[in-house]
Amino acid sequence: MLDKNGIAKRIAKELQDGYYVNLGIGIPTLVANYIPKGINVVLQSENGLLGMGPFPHDDEVDADLINAGKQTVTTIAGSSFFDSATSFAMIRGEHVQLTVLGAMEVSENGDIANWKIPGKMVKGMGGAMDLVASAKNIIVAMQHVNKAGESKLLPKCSLPLTGVGCVKKIVTELGVFDVLPEGGFKLLERAPGVSIEQIKNSTAGKLVVEGEVPEMVV
Amino acid sequence: MNKTIKNATEAIKDIESGTTLMLGGFGLCGIPENCIAALVAKGISNLTCISNNAGVDDFGLGLLLKGHQIKKMISSYVGENAEFERQLLSGELEVDLIPQGTLAERLRAGGAGIPAFFTPAGYGTEVAEGKEVREFDGKKYILESWLKADFAIVKAWKGDTMGNLIFKATARNFNPMMAMAGKITIAEVEHLVPAGELDPDQIHTPGIFVQRIFEGVNYEKRIEQRTITPRA
Repeated sequence: MLDKNGIAKRIAKELQDGYYVNLGIGIPTLVANYIPKGINVVLQSENGLLGMGPFPHDDEVDADLINAGKQTVTTIAGSSFFDSATSFAMIRGEHVQLTVLGAMEVSENGDIANWKIPGKMVKGMGGAMDLVASAKNIIVAMQHVNKAGESKLLPKCSLPLTGVGCVKKIVTELGVFDVLPEGGFKLLERAPGVSIEQIKNSTAGKLVVEGEVPEMVV
Repeated sequence: MNKTIKNATEAIKDIESGTTLMLGGFGLCGIPENCIAALVAKGISNLTCISNNAGVDDFGLGLLLKGHQIKKMISSYVGENAEFERQLLSGELEVDLIPQGTLAERLRAGGAGIPAFFTPAGYGTEVAEGKEVREFDGKKYILESWLKADFAIVKAWKGDTMGNLIFKATARNFNPMMAMAGKITIAEVEHLVPAGELDPDQIHTPGIFVQRIFEGVNYEKRIEQRTITPRA
């Protein structure tokens, strides 16, 4: 089974040289720590920064330089700043190649819910709806089950949707899944030490298992 | 032409209870601290505030929320503020949540004279309820309309007496579009210089979008999440 860093590390293997990437808050942010050697990617932060660098040293902290999670960050050689309309032009205009974000639920046809729990939590969608409606490639990084132990890979989302038919791939602590165009979660890789049986038991949506499913190399 | 005024109190002198206001900033980054303090001091209420976020409990727009001065918020993300969530769940406060890119584009449209546009964001979700859907090149889009307001309050790093503005780093965010979308745009800046001192090639917001400008004082620039890399 993978921990949060393991999930991030596995997703980092999906990065390709020259990609512009938007990483959401939580596990997705950790992907930046595992960018493979020889792969150059530029991180887009939707509050208005292209070329996001690591957290600053204590004496370099600048209140005017933050990421979309409101954390203090730095620039890199070649960074640029822009306003929010330009930022979402990059996103909706499909100039960003990959979006990685978290989810509360994903359905077997690629719908995603991650912004609202009616009556309980109303924080808002932020940029998530724009990102999922536009990105060419969307990978969801999340735990396979919720705190109550219920599967987050469902036949149909029960929570208010963030976007429809948009998720292409899911990486959880149990494995890697493709969302099939005809519907269903195709198991591509098992996490180390995880059996297909275990994955079946934790997946409420349609799980597609074909042939030998390799254990992932992280 | 000189758009300089004395201070925040003078800048907001004709903002009354019940007004719709735009306020720049993302989180606490690039927010008009001086004007928010002046609005708190003036004690007006029933405000509709268009702002990406709602501040934190004791800073930014949180200060106006604490005094129950806001009737309605139009935002994309309002986490980080417990008082906001309390007022919302108890029905004291109305909120209209809008996808961040849609909010930015609605503001831009308002300032640019474009009444409406189609966007993919929110299609198939509750955001799309009651909105026209149209298909372009096989993909579905929803119709969103422009946003305008009587007043926009923005914060810039540098400005000149003609209202030209330069922002710093990610403090730019929603400020340029709001400056365009306000009937009266108030700009508070950290450094106010005479016209001619700013390089015309470096100006982010041309002065035509700004009606009042002043140099702010005592900026706190509070940081929400101070994340650092320890020195080896």
